Amino acid sequence: MEHKEYHSINKPVRKKDAMQLLLGKPVYTDDVTPRDALVVKILRSPHANAMVEEIETAGALKIPGVVAIYTWKDVPQNRYTNAGQTYPEPSPYDRLILDRHVRFAGDAVAIIAAETEKAALRAMKVIKVKYQVLEAVLDPHTAKDNPVLVHPEEDWYPPCPVGGDNHRNLVASETNSDGDIEAVLNSCDIVLDRTYHTKAYNQAMMETFRTYAEMDAYGRLHIVSSTQIVFHVRRILSRALGIPKSRIRVEKPRIGGGFGAKQTSVSEVYPAFVTLKTGRPSKLIYTREESQIAGSPRHEMEIHVRLGADKDGRIRGIDLYTLSNSGAYGEHGPTTVGLSGHKSIPLYTGNLEAYRFSYDVVYTNVQAAGAYRGYGATQGIFAVETTVNELAERLGIDPTVIRDKNMVREGMQMPAYYNETANACALDRCMEHCRQIFHWDEKYPVRDMGNGKVRAAGVAMAMQGSSISNVDVGSATLKLSEDGTYNLIIGAADMGTGCDTILAQMAAECMDCSVDDIAVFGADTDASPYDSGSYASSTTYITGKAVEKACSQLKEKICSIAAEMMGCGTEEIVFGGRQVRRISTGQTLTLEEIGYKSQVFNNQAAEVTVSCSSPVSPPPFMVGMVEIELDKETGHVTILDYMAVVDCGIAINPALARIQTEGGIVQGIGHTLMEDIQYDQWGKPIESSFLQYKIPTRLDMGRLRVEFENSYEPTGPFGAKSIGEIVINTPAPALTHAIYRATGVWHREIPITPEQIALSIQDK
Amino acid sequence: MEIKLTLNGRPVTGQIEPDCLLIDFLRDHGCLSVKRGCDTANCGLCTVLMDGKPILSCSMLAARAAGHSVQTLEGLQEEAADFVGFIADQGADQCGFCNPGFVMNTIALLREIPDPTDDEIRSFLAGNLCRCSGYEGQLRGIRSYLESRREKGDSRHGA
Repeated sequence: MEHKEYHSINKPVRKKDAMQLLLGKPVYTDDVTPRDALVVKILRSPHANAMVEEIETAGALKIPGVVAIYTWKDVPQNRYTNAGQTYPEPSPYDRLILDRHVRFAGDAVAIIAAETEKAALRAMKVIKVKYQVLEAVLDPHTAKDNPVLVHPEEDWYPPCPVGGDNHRNLVASETNSDGDIEAVLNSCDIVLDRTYHTKAYNQAMMETFRTYAEMDAYGRLHIVSSTQIVFHVRRILSRALGIPKSRIRVEKPRIGGGFGAKQTSVSEVYPAFVTLKTGRPSKLIYTREESQIAGSPRHEMEIHVRLGADKDGRIRGIDLYTLSNSGAYGEHGPTTVGLSGHKSIPLYTGNLEAYRFSYDVVYTNVQAAGAYRGYGATQGIFAVETTVNELAERLGIDPTVIRDKNMVREGMQMPAYYNETANACALDRCMEHCRQIFHWDEKYPVRDMGNGKVRAAGVAMAMQGSSISNVDVGSATLKLSEDGTYNLIIGAADMGTGCDTILAQMAAECMDCSVDDIAVFGADTDASPYDSGSYASSTTYITGKAVEKACSQLKEKICSIAAEMMGCGTEEIVFGGRQVRRISTGQTLTLEEIGYKSQVFNNQAAEVTVSCSSPVSPPPFMVGMVEIELDKETGHVTILDYMAVVDCGIAINPALARIQTEGGIVQGIGHTLMEDIQYDQWGKPIESSFLQYKIPTRLDMGRLRVEFENSYEPTGPFGAKSIGEIVINTPAPALTHAIYRATGVWHREIPITPEQIALSIQDK
Repeated sequence: MEIKLTLNGRPVTGQIEPDCLLIDFLRDHGCLSVKRGCDTANCGLCTVLMDGKPILSCSMLAARAAGHSVQTLEGLQEEAADFVGFIADQGADQCGFCNPGFVMNTIALLREIPDPTDDEIRSFLAGNLCRCSGYEGQLRGIRSYLESRREKGDSRHGA
């Protein structure tokens, strides 16, 4: 492993936008766009499955201030997907901007554009819609081959072969395996056969979905949107609206959180359509309710695990089947499900002789799911880690020790992870480190506090990936300015995570300058080099690598310009940060001199653009341990301590990596203990506001402690892997474990509410 | 209807609809730091000070602010700048969308309890949701601000 002294990376540098954000400067979509744009509102279906038989808009159009109302009759008939994925998208083309067939309670029925919000809301009440209400498919278990079809249309189209069939309500289906799983399980001393259920959690980012549209000076459609994926949005709009990409520009200002929600083009198409039709600027700001009921939450999954082991705790076989509920549309359906197996089973590569992973992804008449931090791995890891904890408890082996025996270690090839090799893996050290700081040996035993309360502990491991191998493209443009500073231009989207800053840190490290000397801009389809976008834990790893490469190419350019200035060969010039030097003579030129020269009679651009992709997706690893105090009478769980040790390769910015980890853990705590998604018998969502959908407050998370164990990923920038997603994966299994320790009951569905805990203790 | 109030120290007269919410009035008057996060008084993003006390501007009619003094982060830049750098040093600003409400309520906290304990900080700010940071970094930031003030022997706030 490298032990290098760095001057810019591996330092807790402040985020470049920190003071602007903390002082409340106007930097978000609604702040930076005109306030007199047309207000766009969406009339939404009250029914889970219905045909719009008649829609009467004449009365609403008479309301003063109402400018336009569009229905299914007015929109192009090109089916598309809202999923922010590389073309050809694995997600099926199953959407129209407005469809006569509405498929969930909340689906768009009409687009209203008005001078004021009041007029738009009045119009919403006056539009008369006659629905033919259809039977809805609400239970994912009976969705496949149900006679009621969510997508009966003939022009449903899957750009990729992922095993989907709209005539079977199937978004995707697949089986893959290694070894003879049935033979292995048959020869195991113990086989646990368990089923787990996770819900369609909402990202609940503080800034809801929002988009502004206008026609620019060239008559092109200019979109300003809170999105993680400017280039994918451009492509999606081009297909949905039927206009060329050259007529669309998409940019993102600061983003008020994404967590994957904004990896789907949820809100962009509506104002884009209004502006294209009316020629006027328009803006759509989702209410919190709309974000809750018509966003792009996590895929609800039911995961069936069969895990076989020997009495000594050797885990020999895992058979996993996932039923994933994609809801009314297929965004990210075929891909999220893959992670439920491919990022859970490989944790136990150690002694694994065989695995099988199969899945079905189904359509139902509920809100469509999308991408959410963890992207299926979260669900799979809950299932596999809980099964392993149960195995340990059954066999009477310490759950951390059973993991020591079976975990993936550096150098192992992982059959369940596309046969990739774990070239950088400190999972074993993460476990040891976490055991130490948590004082596992003291906290693992259950302690009755004598007042009706019990203290107990739980543990879980996790992995994720770093980018989508063979797919994601990260790019960086680096330009020299005449004062010797640099512009770094990216297409990745900083959604608050700090990628603008950590990429600048990498550039500063390479160019041997200060982070302040790197000005970062992103992202704008007109100005940025192509980048798939910020998702799939890709930015540090892929865009970071692009930055590293761009720096080395720009140094060559700078040396080449300098060589011309000094009348010598480039090979004679060495780059030295603020200046370059000619080895033979010792003559130097400052970057400022070279920068100015690049603007006078010059044929070599003092800038480079580099793209980068990776054939592998190196997993970060993590261990989380939690201590709880559980009230046996009320079922209330108080988190006392949550400790985590993460192997993300090297933390480019330890402060930001730590915050990522803490934030992910608290989101995971929310999913496990309080955030719930329920539908009434007609398929209407119940938790449609923060009154019902409770996310953790600062009173709900106990004390957090996060530390790191470094590894060195040879394909990553400076040895780095990813951090953004993995951190949400340990709370569900670790808390479920601790709750079992305290109560003797395994909960296999999350969230685990106080009521469920109290009732489960009574039932025992 | 017409209302008059003091906004960030300056008298403001506004023509409003009777059902205009204070948050919309403030944003219409250039106070874009005030953010809407939930519509149900659950998130704390829209926190401003009225007569020095923190209130949720999404849950108050603008008309009710008539005759009162309202302060937003635009008007308290210096007081905020005193401590927000410590939050920045933790990286706890993150997406920033909850920051203005959080900073406003922290100003209220520090005025009311100049040297708060961790539990006092947690409980005073409990209504300010943050989905990014996991809260711990915000706490560390406030704590290191208090420590630095103590080290400097600054007794401005009676600490």
